Amino acid sequence: MELHELKIHELNDLLKKKEVSAVDVTKAYLKRINEVEPKVDALICKTEDFALKKAEEADKMIKDGNINDLTGIPVIIKDNMCTENIRTTCASKMLEDFVPPYNATVVENLNSLGAVMVGKANLDEFAMGSSTENSAFKTTKNPWDLERVPGGSSGGSAASVAADECAFSLGSDTGGSIRQPASLCGVVGMKPTYGLVSRYGLVAFASSLDQIGPITKDVTDCAIVLNAIAGHDPKDSTSVDKMRKKDYKEFLKEDIKGMKIGYAKEFFRQGLDEGVKRSIEASLKIFEELGAEIREVSLKYIDYALAAYYIVSSAEASSNLARYDGIRYGYAAEKYEDLIDMYMVSRSEGFGKEVKRRIMLGTYALSSGYYDAYYNKALKVRTLIKQDYEKAFQNVDVIVGPTSPTVAFKIGERVEDPLAMYLADVYTVPVNIAGLPGLSMPCGLSDGLPVGLQIVGKHFDEGTILNAAYAFEKALSFTAKPSFKGGAR
Amino acid sequence: MSITKDQVIHVSKLARLKFSDDELEKFSHQLDSIIKYVDKLNELNTDGVEPTAHIVPISNVFREDVVVPSMDREKILMNAKEKEDGCFKVPKIIE
Repeated sequence: MELHELKIHELNDLLKKKEVSAVDVTKAYLKRINEVEPKVDALICKTEDFALKKAEEADKMIKDGNINDLTGIPVIIKDNMCTENIRTTCASKMLEDFVPPYNATVVENLNSLGAVMVGKANLDEFAMGSSTENSAFKTTKNPWDLERVPGGSSGGSAASVAADECAFSLGSDTGGSIRQPASLCGVVGMKPTYGLVSRYGLVAFASSLDQIGPITKDVTDCAIVLNAIAGHDPKDSTSVDKMRKKDYKEFLKEDIKGMKIGYAKEFFRQGLDEGVKRSIEASLKIFEELGAEIREVSLKYIDYALAAYYIVSSAEASSNLARYDGIRYGYAAEKYEDLIDMYMVSRSEGFGKEVKRRIMLGTYALSSGYYDAYYNKALKVRTLIKQDYEKAFQNVDVIVGPTSPTVAFKIGERVEDPLAMYLADVYTVPVNIAGLPGLSMPCGLSDGLPVGLQIVGKHFDEGTILNAAYAFEKALSFTAKPSFKGGAR
Repeated sequence: MSITKDQVIHVSKLARLKFSDDELEKFSHQLDSIIKYVDKLNELNTDGVEPTAHIVPISNVFREDVVVPSMDREKILMNAKEKEDGCFKVPKIIE
């Protein structure tokens, strides 16, 4: 087996035994990036020099006996997380030249453990989208079929893991942006409970929904990365106290006898692909064979989640993105009449279409005369959806279902119809609306493309999700790998 | 509800965005279809339901009043296109 095919825990074994050095591992991944990147386009930049320097530091840590789970492990970071002195673009012309003067807390966490950043991943501009087609720079291709999208917005992060360009990546998830691309690329992705992981240094999209999480090759790695990034941060006032954090590796157990697993009948209706449905139904059987008790639950307001989500997230985005004025950082207009015109020209030239659409929708929903009809109404529906889940979780430990209604769709297929694109997130947005943790993992193939199983848990109960996911992974043993077929090149 | 082109122009001013006539036409159409979709929220009776702005109930978060170093001024200014004497430079606003 090649080094780039290994999981974090396997690389860690080799590093511990000193069979390979961190520099060897980093070089193997940099080589792999050079090989597959022309096909996949997962990265906005490769950070070769930085990586080799970090790898040497990691080797020193190992020599000194300070190895931990992530020392010397190559990682790719979504390009909406600030990296000190390394360009952070959000895949937007607005931030094309932006060099952050500080690190996001998650980046700081990974650095201090000795992880090695080898690149920064492509995304939909400002994390708004479900395919990476909204990136101002490039569209990432799905390694399973290069004519298809990897999902989004963390499409570059998910594709880079699927293509073995790194051992793991970080994504951010506002309405499904970790789980949906993980599903479409056949990897494991988790959105933790809102507040578990610090958002400091994550470029804000919708502050009450955004959450950073891991994208990995298996469930064990997911727990390892979650251990590294979870925890209180004084720089993020919405991050929760230390007591919430656990050692997530302790939950990696195969026994789920008696676990109560719910499925929402509302998730199995029209709009769900037949192939996806078959895989999810087969997954429920596996859980049953493992000794779990399958129960039907009802999430009756779920059909309204997507509408509420687009109001709430766009309203918050219109407010958050007001900071881009062309003065302190970001794209600045060259020709303008006065100050207001400078704002208008800078913003109009710097933002892409989807970002403008969301700013417009959000501004409209917050504007005088429409605030109650849209924004406040959406917040009330948010309460109903949250209560829906609270009721369901009185009877079950986790809720499972599809992550995405379809497998990866063709590049270009939905670009002209924003609403069709939004429907890609129909099963993932309710989880953000309610602030719950959710994980997507591969559960089969449909027409040769991966299907994702979503496991949703109670607030701060990532442990039970990981337990269910680990048992399922052992029982299913999904070993298919992407073929890199198709594509123009 | 549906959104008119005049409303789109009004909202674009609030949002500090400029659009060409062609863009305006297309945007009005797309926003209209999105707004028609989100109008389904009105099917629900939400009388007496409290709005949820934030999922984790947190009120004021305070820290100890301890002095910590601020970020270096040069670092703060490093991404500005126009700067002068350690300040951001903006177009003149008072004639």
